Amino acid sequence: MTNQTDPTGDVRLTGISKTYGAFTAVHPLDLTVPQGSFFALLGASGCGKTTTLRMIAGLEEPSAGTVSLGGQDVTALPPYKRPVNTVFQSYALFPHLDIFENVAFGLRRRGLKSVKKQVGEMLDLVQLGEQARKKPHQLSGGQQQRVAVARALINHPKVLLLDEPLGALDLKLRRQMQLELKRIQTEVGITFIHVTHDQEEAMTMADTVAVMNAGRVEQLGSPADLYENPRTTFVANFLGTSNFIEAEVDSRSGEEIVLKAGGGKLVLPEARCSAPAATGGKVLVGVRPEKISLTHADDAGEIPDGRNRITGRIADSSFIGVSTQYVVDSPVCPDFEVYAQNIDRDPRLVPGAEVVLHWNPAHTFGLDAAQDADAGVEEAA
Amino acid sequence: MSTLTEAPPPLAPEAPEPKPPKRRGRWTPYWLLLPGILWLLVFFALPMIYQASTSVQTGSLEEGYKVTWHFATYWDALSAYWPQFVRSVLYAGTATILCLLLGYPLAYLIAFRAGRWRNLIMILVIAPFFTSFLIRTLAWKTILADGGPLVGALDTLHVLDVTNWLGWTAGDRVLATPLAVVCGLTYNFLPFMILPLYTSLERIDGRLHEAAGDLYARPWTTFRKVTFPLSMPGVVSGTLLTFIPATGDYVNADLLGSTDTRMVGNVIQTQFLRVLDYPTAAALSFILMAAILLMVTLYIRRSGTEDLV
Repeated sequence: MTNQTDPTGDVRLTGISKTYGAFTAVHPLDLTVPQGSFFALLGASGCGKTTTLRMIAGLEEPSAGTVSLGGQDVTALPPYKRPVNTVFQSYALFPHLDIFENVAFGLRRRGLKSVKKQVGEMLDLVQLGEQARKKPHQLSGGQQQRVAVARALINHPKVLLLDEPLGALDLKLRRQMQLELKRIQTEVGITFIHVTHDQEEAMTMADTVAVMNAGRVEQLGSPADLYENPRTTFVANFLGTSNFIEAEVDSRSGEEIVLKAGGGKLVLPEARCSAPAATGGKVLVGVRPEKISLTHADDAGEIPDGRNRITGRIADSSFIGVSTQYVVDSPVCPDFEVYAQNIDRDPRLVPGAEVVLHWNPAHTFGLDAAQDADAGVEEAA
Repeated sequence: MSTLTEAPPPLAPEAPEPKPPKRRGRWTPYWLLLPGILWLLVFFALPMIYQASTSVQTGSLEEGYKVTWHFATYWDALSAYWPQFVRSVLYAGTATILCLLLGYPLAYLIAFRAGRWRNLIMILVIAPFFTSFLIRTLAWKTILADGGPLVGALDTLHVLDVTNWLGWTAGDRVLATPLAVVCGLTYNFLPFMILPLYTSLERIDGRLHEAAGDLYARPWTTFRKVTFPLSMPGVVSGTLLTFIPATGDYVNADLLGSTDTRMVGNVIQTQFLRVLDYPTAAALSFILMAAILLMVTLYIRRSGTEDLV
């Protein structure tokens, strides 16, 4: 497969793995990154995402498997022979060279004599034309980051690898750089593979996200798909927050599964259940906090029919501006999280109030009950 | 100004009139400097002034020396002993280059490749300091002894033919030749080259090597364009720490050399302790100092290390 000529510039990892002694950093992994896409490897530290990236760059030798770029097997090539460039986590700018020479480094190594025009254009692309003769330490973190991007991009690599490139920036600058990187990627059309532990960053920037956990890819898909249809509790908890109710399958009617939880009944669309839901079996029912509406128990009669509902008591509430976050103590789930938009605030919804939680059944997803409902909670924090 | 400590007591009793609030601790830096300044004053500045005055004295040991502002001593000393000056610079320069060539790969190895052997190799580099400088130099006398195994091997391998032709050795002996003196200098000053080199190499971020490789630099290019320029502070301080003391050294030339390999240090030593011509000895010392100062200034200017972070 890997030796076949591939007219596209896809990055293809085939059965690639990395072990250090007895420790397996990356389990055998198959991954194809289509040309021109913005691909994110998302996971907590130590999940193997950086190792995977370094194997693509050639900085780490895979224990098994192959890496191919646009149909060419590059597994045995040293980094300086691969058509790949990396933006390093700490930028790794050359401190003894000025910005111009840092950016020109790759071109000069390939024997280009007149680099002035190209470097000038690239510095303009990252809006650093004025800083060309400064040394890296004279620039701010955000500017250094853009130099690192320019230094890699100027070589027109087949793939640009970004290793937590925004990790050292403060929140505001990070948001700004996310948009900037996305703009550059759209402009140059090069495949970006971006490693990050920040789920929001991955979701904002990437077309496709691979969520990694303990050396394996848990799930791969578009950000919206991963968020709406997580297939494991790890993904459900790592991307955003999820509430889980353990329920028993009561019956199946058409495309809906009816479940029993506590005393009530919940409806789950069959298409959104990734677990084998045999009647009488257990399923973890998940729902995102922002999909849930909160109604005071006195007004329970006003809730339209056909919605999933559970009862509980507000344990805690915190006002965070655009929304209010409630923690609801329910018989079926001890800490049920609800995010309510601050549109019409009901003054009765204070800690201690009896409430009914209800949501559209279409927003329910079902997972295999055999797994830990809290997987990925800590890491996402 | 530091505010780390209490304000020191006032230097003199002051009138008890209301004063502006005193900035606490403004004298602290000066108090901290005091011991060092005193040390330099007593053991450096005063002897220098004394030597400077000696160098412009005339007279003899019997009649006593008087300051006569006789600057001609400088010119006489230089014209009489310029070959030794040239030789000193030549030997010290050669030894410095040899130290750099030997020390750089070793420092590189310790900094980047030694892994768990790093500390052991560092100890081995420093270990010679546990023995006296003199004893180690005397040991070289045995190593380079006429007819010894090393000299025999060099002779058999026809290395001596080459060094004879270059004028570094004479006949079938190494001892009492320029080669022996340069070997001694190189050996004795090697650690002073390795330690600063190691320090500056060890500070280089390993990711810079990866970045260079990622940007199409082959390993040798990475060394030329990234590693070596970043180690320049170590190269400069290592060469200075080797070259300066080696130029003024007389022990190696004394023990391993002959009358044909006398360096300026030997001349100064003889003038001071044997001939007892103090003005000439003092003048030679000052010329040596000025020469070294000039060379070092030019060298630092040229290497442009002030630019490096």
